[in-house]
Amino acid sequence: MSEPLLSVRHLSTEFIMPEGKVARALEDVCFDVFPGQTIGLVGESGCGKTTTLMSVMRLLPSNGRIVNGQVKFNGKDLLALSEPEMRGYRWKEMAIVFQGAMNALNPVMKVGDQIREAILLHDLMDRDAAEKRVGELLEMVGIARTRRDQYPHQYSGGMRQRAMIAMALACSPDLLFADEPTTALDVMIQAQVLELLRDIQKALGLAVVLVTHDLGVVAEVCDSVVVMYGGKVAEYGTADHIYNHASHPYTQRLLASFPDLNRPADTLASIPGTPPRLTDLPNGCRFHPRCNVKVKECETVNPKLITISEGHYAACHLCKGQETQFA
Amino acid sequence: MNAPLVLNVRGLFKYFPVRQSLWDVLMHRPQKNVKAVDDVSFTLKRGEVLAVVGESGCGKTTIARTLIGLEEPTRGDILFEDQSVGQGKTVSLKELRLHAQMIFQDPYESLNPRSTVYDIVSEPLEVHGLLKNRDERMARVRAAMEDAGLRPVEDYLNRYPHELSGGQRQRVVIAGAMVLEPKLLIADEPVSMLDVSIRAEILNLLRELRQKRGVSLVFITHDLSTVAYFADRIAVMYLGRIVEMGTAHEVLTNPQHPYTKALISVIPVPNPRLRRERLILQGETPNPIDLPSGCRFHPRCPVAMERCKVEDPAYIHIGSDHQAACLLLQK
Amino acid sequence: MHNLTEFWRTFRRNKLGLLGGFLILTALLAAIFAPLLTPYHPTDVIRDANGIGMTFAPPSAHGPLGTDDAGRDVWSELVYGARISLTVGFLAGFIAMFVGSLFGITAGYFGGWIDNLLMRVTDVLLVIPDLPLMLVLVATLRQMQLNVSPLVIIILVIGLLYWTSTARLIRSQVLTIKERQFVARARAIGAGNAHIVRKHILPQIMPLIVANTVLTISTAILVESGLAFLGLGDPTKPSWGTMLNFAFDRNAVTNGAWWFYLPPGLAIVWVSLGCVLLGNVLEEMLNPRLTTHHLEGDENMISIAAGQGSD
Repeated sequence: MSEPLLSVRHLSTEFIMPEGKVARALEDVCFDVFPGQTIGLVGESGCGKTTTLMSVMRLLPSNGRIVNGQVKFNGKDLLALSEPEMRGYRWKEMAIVFQGAMNALNPVMKVGDQIREAILLHDLMDRDAAEKRVGELLEMVGIARTRRDQYPHQYSGGMRQRAMIAMALACSPDLLFADEPTTALDVMIQAQVLELLRDIQKALGLAVVLVTHDLGVVAEVCDSVVVMYGGKVAEYGTADHIYNHASHPYTQRLLASFPDLNRPADTLASIPGTPPRLTDLPNGCRFHPRCNVKVKECETVNPKLITISEGHYAACHLCKGQETQFA
Repeated sequence: MNAPLVLNVRGLFKYFPVRQSLWDVLMHRPQKNVKAVDDVSFTLKRGEVLAVVGESGCGKTTIARTLIGLEEPTRGDILFEDQSVGQGKTVSLKELRLHAQMIFQDPYESLNPRSTVYDIVSEPLEVHGLLKNRDERMARVRAAMEDAGLRPVEDYLNRYPHELSGGQRQRVVIAGAMVLEPKLLIADEPVSMLDVSIRAEILNLLRELRQKRGVSLVFITHDLSTVAYFADRIAVMYLGRIVEMGTAHEVLTNPQHPYTKALISVIPVPNPRLRRERLILQGETPNPIDLPSGCRFHPRCPVAMERCKVEDPAYIHIGSDHQAACLLLQK
Repeated sequence: MHNLTEFWRTFRRNKLGLLGGFLILTALLAAIFAPLLTPYHPTDVIRDANGIGMTFAPPSAHGPLGTDDAGRDVWSELVYGARISLTVGFLAGFIAMFVGSLFGITAGYFGGWIDNLLMRVTDVLLVIPDLPLMLVLVATLRQMQLNVSPLVIIILVIGLLYWTSTARLIRSQVLTIKERQFVARARAIGAGNAHIVRKHILPQIMPLIVANTVLTISTAILVESGLAFLGLGDPTKPSWGTMLNFAFDRNAVTNGAWWFYLPPGLAIVWVSLGCVLLGNVLEEMLNPRLTTHHLEGDENMISIAAGQGSD
C-alpha cells in the first residue's frame, strides 16, 4: 500500500477540569488515513471522537493538551510545528465540516461571502478569482449560484450542511474531517449529504475522516473503521473486518443493538450502563463494567492493541494475536 | 384481530394560519395556512403499535400533539374508545389525559431541571388528585420506576435531571407517563436524541411495557429502521397526508408508494457487503403552505406522470390491511 | 441550585458577592441595634459646660461624627437614619418586585390581549420620566391630608412605579420558559395553568426574582434619598436623604461641616453598592443550570451498570 496521508500514533490528550481533575480524553490512539480513503471514527458521545479531530487539527480548547504521541501528515510531524506553520496546514491541507451547521455559520453574513472569506483568509487568489471559485464550489455541492447572496436562515438544514462542505473545500484540501455531518438531518437529506460526500471524494481524490455514532452511515461509505470507547481505540480494521468479523465485545454489541431490516430480531441487544466519565475511568479495560464476557484480568489490566489479522486490530484480552508494533 | 379500537381518527385537519402583515390585510390577500395535517384518518387497536413515519415537516409531530390535545384540530374527529374527545365533547381533555400520555423527543428538554425524579414521576398523580395517601402514592411511583428500569429506585428518587444520563432521563419520562397506567402512549421520536447503544434499551423497554401492560402505542419517527422490529402497522406520511399504510411486514417488504420505496432504500444497512442501490430523492420537502397541485409528491417523484400534476390520488387497497395513494396503482 | 449548603459553598468563593453581603448585613445590623451603637438619642442636643448647644462641632469625644446645626449627634442620626432608609428601601423593593412579577408572569404566560394590555400599561409608565412624576405624586398625596405617614406614601409611590423593568424582564423569561418542552409535558399530563405556573414557571424564574429584588432595593433606597433630599421626606423620621436635605438647607457646606453631609452620602453608597454587588452575583449564580457538557458530567452522575436494562 502507498504511504499514509495522515498517520496518528499513540496520541494521548488530557483536559484539566475546573475542579483540577484530569480527564484522560484520549489514550494511545493509533490509525492511518490513506489518500482517497474514507475512514470512520465511531463511538458513543464522550468516547473521544471529536477530541481526536481537534487534537490532530491542534484546535483543542485552552484546558486541553496533547501529552503524548505523533501526528504525521505527508510525513511531516504536525505536533512539532509552530502555530503559524500549523495555520498553513489547516484548511489548505486539511479542512473540517463541523457538527451543527447552524452554529458554525455566521447568521448575519451571506453564505457566499463566508465561503469567499475562507478563500481570501489564506491568500490563495485575488478577489475576482475567489468570487469565481465561490460559484464553482456552490455548484459542486449542489447549490444554485443564485443563492450565493442568501443568509444561512434562508437555507434548509441540508443546504446549510452543503454550504459547510463547500466552505471546507474552499482551499482544495487533501484531507476532509466531517464531524457528525448528518446527525441532525432527516434520513433522505442524510442520504443526499452522504452521496455528495462520496461524489466529491471520488471527483477530487480526497481522504475523508467521518466522525459519527451511526454504524449504518459508516457501513454505507467507509473503507476502514476505528471503533472508539472511553478515549481508546477498541477495534480498528477494514469495514469488512468490523462488520463481519467483529472481535471486540463492544463492537459486537454495538452491531447487535443496531436495528437491521434484513434481520428483524425479537429483541435488540442493548449495552446496559453508560459510557465512563473521563475524569473517573475504571481500572483495567475501560469497557469492563459494561462487558458481558469479561474475565478477571479485564478488571486490572488495560489491554493493548492486538493484531488479529493483517490490518485488523482490537484491544481485548479475549482476542488472540500478536501485540501490535506500529511503525 | 378483533380487539376493540382505542383510537379512531377520522378526517383530521390541522392548519396553522400564517401571520399576515398589515399590507396583506389591506390588499385583501387571502389568509394562508400551513397545512400541517391535511385529511388524515387511521385507527389503533388495543395493544397495537402504529408507527407514523416521515421526514421533518410532514406533520407527524403535529398529529402527536393534536392527539394529546396540545393542539386543537382544525377539523375532524378523534374518538378515544369510541367517544369523541375535545373541548365540549364527551371526553374532556383532562379525562383523556388520564388514559393517554405522551413521551417527548428530547429527554434533556422535557424534564424540569428543578424537579426531582420523584416530583416528575408523581406529578401526574398530583395533577389528577389520585392516591393522596403518601404511602400509596409512593408505592405506585416505585412500581412505575421499576417498570421503567430505574432500579434500585432509592438511587434515583431524589436526583435531579442533570445528574442523569440521556437514557436514564428518558426512563424517567417513561415512568412519568406510565404512572397513571394509561391505555395509550404517544411517543414522539423517543430515541432520536440518544446514543445508539442506549436506543436499543429504550426500544426494548417500550416493547416490554406494551407486552406487560397491553398499552397501545403511536410511535412517531423519521427512522424506519427503529420501528421495523416492533411496530405492528406503519403509516408513511408526506406533506400532511398518509401516503401508505399497512401492516409493518407488508409495508416494509412490499412497498407500493414511490415515496415509501425511497425511504426504505435509504435505510443504512450495517454491513458493507450488503450495500445496495439507493433511491435518493433529490430536493427537499416543499413548504406546506402552497401544496403542489395534484399528487403532493409529484415534484420529487421519480416516476411521476402528467396525470399526477392534476389528479390527487385516492387510496387504493392492495391487501386486506394495506393501502397507498398513488395513481400508478390504479389499474 | 437545590441545596443550601452547596449554594453557600459556591457563594463563599465569590469575593464580590461576599463583600456585597457584608455591606448590606452591617447596615441591617446597625439599623436593628441602633440604641446599642449610639451614645445619644438622635433628637438629643449636646450641650457644652455652659449649657449651650454645640452647633457644627467637629468630630470629638462628644460625638464621633460631630454635631449638626442644632447640636445633635450626627453619628446617632446616621444610625437611626438607617432604619428609615432601609425600611423604605426594602418595603418599596418588595412591592415593586411583587407587582412586577405578577404583571410579568401574567402577561408572559397568558399572552394574547392580556399581554398586550399589561405591556401597554408598562410602556406608558416606562416613558414617563420617573422623578418628576414621583415628585408630583408625593407632593399631591401629601397635600391631601390623608392621615398616613409621608413614609407610607413614599413607599407606595416608589413600589408602584418601579416595577416596569422587572415586569418586562420576567415576561421575556416566562415567554421562553413556557415554550420549553417540560411545560408541554406538564400540559400533556393534564396539568392546569395554576399548577404549571406554580410548579414549572415560578421555580425557573425565582432566582431572577431574588436577584432582581436585591437590585430593586438599591434603586428604591437611592430614589428615596433623592425624594427626601428634595424635601419630600418625613422630617420627624429623618432618613439619610433627609439628613442631606437638612445639611444643605442649613448651610453645612459653607460652614465647612463636612462631617454633617459626607456620612449620609457615604452610607447611601455603602448600601446601594452592597445591593448591586450581591444582586449581580446572585443573578449569575442562580441562573438555572440547564445544560451539562458530556465531558464534564456531574459530580453525582449515576453510573450504575448493574440492575439496569431489560436483559
